[in-house]
Amino acid sequence: MQLPILSILVFFPVLGAVLLAFLDRKNHKLLKQVTLGLSLAEFLFSLPLWFQFDSQTAAMQFVERYNWLPQYGISYYVGIDGFSLLLIMLSTFLTPLCVLATWTDIQHRVKEFMICLLTLMAGMLGVFVALDLFLFYVFWEVMLIPMYLLIGIWGNPARRVYAAIKFFLFTMFGSVLMLVAILVLYFYYGKATGTYTFDLLKLYSLNVPFRMQFWMFLAFGLAFAIKVPMFPFHTWLPDAHTEAPTVGSVILAAVLLKMGTYGFLRFNMPLFPQAAHYFVPLFSILAVIGIVYGALVSMVQKDLKRLVAFSSVSHLGFVMLGLFTFTMPGVQGGIIQMINHGLSTGALFLIVGMIYERRHTRMIADFGGLSTPMPIYAAIFMIVTLSSIGLPGLNGFVGEFLILLGAFKTNMLYAIVAATGVIFAACYMLWMFQRVMFGEVTNEKNKELKDLSCREIAIFVPLLLFIVWIGVYPNTFLSKTKASTENFLALMEKAKTTEVSLSHGDKGEAR
Amino acid sequence: MMDYVWLIPLFPFVGFLINGLVGKNLPKNVVGTIGSVAVGLSFLVTLCIFLQFLKLPPEARPVEKVVYTWIASGSFQAQVAFLIDPLSLIMLLIVSGVSTLIHIYSVSYMHDDPGFYRFFTYLNLFVCAMLILVGANNFLLMFVGWEGVGLCSYLLIGYYYEKQSASDAGKKAFVVNRIGDFGFLLGIFLIFWTFGSVNFREVFALAAKYPVGAGVITAITLFLFIGATGKSAQLPLYTWLPDAMEGPTPVSALIHAATMVTAGVYMVARCSALYSLAPVSLTVVATIGALTAIFAATIGMAQFDIKRVLAYSTVSQLGYMFLACGVGAYVSGIFHLMTHAFFKALLFLGSGSVMHGLSGELDMRKMGNLKKHMPITYWTFLLATLAIAGIFPFAGFFSKDEILFHSLVDGKVIYWGIATAAAFITAFYMFRAVFMTFHGESRVDPHVAQHVHESPPLMTVPLMILAGLSVVGGFVGIPLIEGAHVFRDFLSPSITPVAHHAAAHPTATFEVGMMLLSMGVAGLGIYTAYKFYILVPDLPTIVSEKFHTIYDLIYHKYYVDEIYDTTVVEPIKVGSNFLWTVVDAKGVDGVVNGSAGIIAFLSAHLRKLETGFVQNYAFAILLGVVVITGYLIGR
Repeated sequence: MQLPILSILVFFPVLGAVLLAFLDRKNHKLLKQVTLGLSLAEFLFSLPLWFQFDSQTAAMQFVERYNWLPQYGISYYVGIDGFSLLLIMLSTFLTPLCVLATWTDIQHRVKEFMICLLTLMAGMLGVFVALDLFLFYVFWEVMLIPMYLLIGIWGNPARRVYAAIKFFLFTMFGSVLMLVAILVLYFYYGKATGTYTFDLLKLYSLNVPFRMQFWMFLAFGLAFAIKVPMFPFHTWLPDAHTEAPTVGSVILAAVLLKMGTYGFLRFNMPLFPQAAHYFVPLFSILAVIGIVYGALVSMVQKDLKRLVAFSSVSHLGFVMLGLFTFTMPGVQGGIIQMINHGLSTGALFLIVGMIYERRHTRMIADFGGLSTPMPIYAAIFMIVTLSSIGLPGLNGFVGEFLILLGAFKTNMLYAIVAATGVIFAACYMLWMFQRVMFGEVTNEKNKELKDLSCREIAIFVPLLLFIVWIGVYPNTFLSKTKASTENFLALMEKAKTTEVSLSHGDKGEAR
Repeated sequence: MMDYVWLIPLFPFVGFLINGLVGKNLPKNVVGTIGSVAVGLSFLVTLCIFLQFLKLPPEARPVEKVVYTWIASGSFQAQVAFLIDPLSLIMLLIVSGVSTLIHIYSVSYMHDDPGFYRFFTYLNLFVCAMLILVGANNFLLMFVGWEGVGLCSYLLIGYYYEKQSASDAGKKAFVVNRIGDFGFLLGIFLIFWTFGSVNFREVFALAAKYPVGAGVITAITLFLFIGATGKSAQLPLYTWLPDAMEGPTPVSALIHAATMVTAGVYMVARCSALYSLAPVSLTVVATIGALTAIFAATIGMAQFDIKRVLAYSTVSQLGYMFLACGVGAYVSGIFHLMTHAFFKALLFLGSGSVMHGLSGELDMRKMGNLKKHMPITYWTFLLATLAIAGIFPFAGFFSKDEILFHSLVDGKVIYWGIATAAAFITAFYMFRAVFMTFHGESRVDPHVAQHVHESPPLMTVPLMILAGLSVVGGFVGIPLIEGAHVFRDFLSPSITPVAHHAAAHPTATFEVGMMLLSMGVAGLGIYTAYKFYILVPDLPTIVSEKFHTIYDLIYHKYYVDEIYDTTVVEPIKVGSNFLWTVVDAKGVDGVVNGSAGIIAFLSAHLRKLETGFVQNYAFAILLGVVVITGYLIGR
């Protein structure tokens, strides 16, 4: 009998949060050390997933299943495949680094902060492992609250409440529609087969009529598109990122946004494959618009965090474009790009956070010439910048290349327009880098800035390691998603040929 | 030895790592030695492989060495692997050889610079990327080197990052190159989806089945050529190269003259199997090359910054190389690439030596009569100038003459006319530079004049070696005598000629006549420069005033930078600002905030219903009962 690794991963942080509740709230150091220890333990717990994962099969692995509310067909059903594996590893890998990044940054309500962080972690992992739609929805909502608090309490005092509420409302709006769609699907399945269940894998096999797929795809899609965020649902993101504390931004960018893209891959597309094919043009065009739009708007930002936030819109556009190609390179590139974005944008937010901690400003105009007082910072910043703009040899290139390669096959025009995003990325990132790091130090306050401490360097070393690893030897990661992607594509391909009834009769039945 | 081909880029990479990680704490001569030895070792390995390759029987060539599979997704495979064939060997030899000399020169030239270790770190990384570019056996790995050299170029142009103009120039170089790379990338996509591979040999073998003029091959070659115009500074993407002179002079010599900028020419020659199938693309290549050659040469006439003269000269010479490729004379293009690497690196290093002697002065109006203070620099510079001007028997003569010859025989008269005119201008502006710098009256600032000195041996020895190469480098390609064109015979297995070739077979008399003519043109250019700058020193002022409209136009480089700024850069900035402040803030957020507003408005009014009086609620209930009952009855 195997250890229930997935359940341990989901509930260990919750236990940890309970433990923290009993600690002295004044002893900040202890609180942070304990949380660091907990998150490191969590990372260690997740390692067996990586090493015992069988890359040959597309079947769900590490499956656990218990009845929860059997009378409603609700079960505690978790398991992972190649798609979720990488995202789980990313989450457990980043959390200790995030805790380390709070060391001097978070100084008030430390206890609550750490509890939020751990709860958030439980929620994130829950979303990635859930194979029961009801369970998934629970985790999806659970995760929303700690993030809302992170922004609202520890955010930037001026606008944090606006940002937190905007974040909450946007996400809620999508979630509610998704809930309705989940229920419709549940009842439809019950009517059609006689058994009522939220079991995702069973629901996959359901042949939903196209008319219904159409609306359900939109309902799920809206929730996920807001989360990604896709143009034009992205406006909550710059506010949330800008006002959130550093660690909040890191987790938001690195993991939370991926729930949107993951949602498309896990729920939207396999549940409603015909609709997915139908919507390829719409979503691809929105993705391409996002790529170019995000990049252009990044170019004119004056606030560092806002710039990075808009660049996320552009990068996530690449992911969406890749997923909607339904080609091997496109989808695999999309998944790798999710990880890449987590690493490089996470690192960028840390970089901005560290300079904010020193200078209490994020305005580009307040900086200039930082390379001179902070050479180590400059070197790390440069590498991360290059990763973000997709320099071959670093991680970003592998993802963008595969995505564009896939897109080029499905629609040359999308690929060509999207590829201009690569040019604009160089423009806005290098221009930003130039204004912050190059030139002479004009501002007196910047002359005496301290270079990175050992703790801060320690945060970046693992990130840089993976930035280079994925760039130089991406097959470590591509091979993990190979079987799952093949399976996914086969399913999507089959849907192309399967006839679905267009009759209206089924629709009424579904109610 | 061939199994160790991966050592060639690895040595500089190790040098990069050592200097990058701990170079800050090492003494300067250790840093310099690590950097130079790393590149020197690459050169030695290349030389060994070259000698071994010569011994291989033709059927055992070329050799491919796979290191590992880099990216594999579905049917897509890209390997880290190297192709050893005549073309890549020639390039590897040029790159590692010239790099070694320039590294040695830099040890002395950069000695007083506080960022010494940083300089060698970047320079080693550059060499590594460049060697990957020319050694790769597939398009994607070539692209790694392609972007890698662009990155190093960015870092090195912006090396003096505290200077605004330097960091601007670096960024401009990177962004303009990215525009080119965008084309290159699209080319790779199209190649993969057409041939199912990105490996050179597989692609070229499959391409051979396509008819001449096939649309897809034309598209591929045009996409790739966009990349070449960026990297090799051709019209319309050449504008970054003159600005790139903000970098330290050895960088200009290595990256912006001898190696990186020639990558585009190498790429076209490497893909000769594709280009030869696409007459339209060849015409584009030749036309762009010819236009760039004359266009840049004219600008070169009116510059006073010695490095900028050389920069425009480089753009112009690259144009020649593309012209050669465009008329199907790939070997001549590569030949000129090689001789140009020697004499142009020498010219830049010579100008660096002048700067070194003049405390950093670049303006030729503040030079003059340096001949007696800096004899080695002068003589080596003169030899290089004779070579670039195309005077027999210097290296440039052979290669340039070949290009002129082929542009007439295989191309069109117009190409030949343009190239010949450009040759005249080249001779003129190069000798203008020589006369202004080394001859005539000294116009050196009196403060500086006291310190004028010849450079130390670490700098002059590389100059002398390059001078030697600039003199004899052309002998590998002696025309006329059957079998004496060693260079062509060696390279030919790597090159796929244009199909309809070999029809024209001109007589020896014709060839000799062409040579004399091109010598005559060069001589005329030199004489004109002599007249302008030695015999009648007032003449330049008189001429520039008489034709001041044309002069202004040339002096301001045809205002191309300004045109790009107003037509491309500014509209993008304004447009982006519009997207942000209007579409994002007013449009999307307007809808969101607006709907929030509507809800706030509704709740503000609806709350009035919540009076808290039971009577009111009872009334509402009663009303409801009446309405529902009425509905049920009336139904």
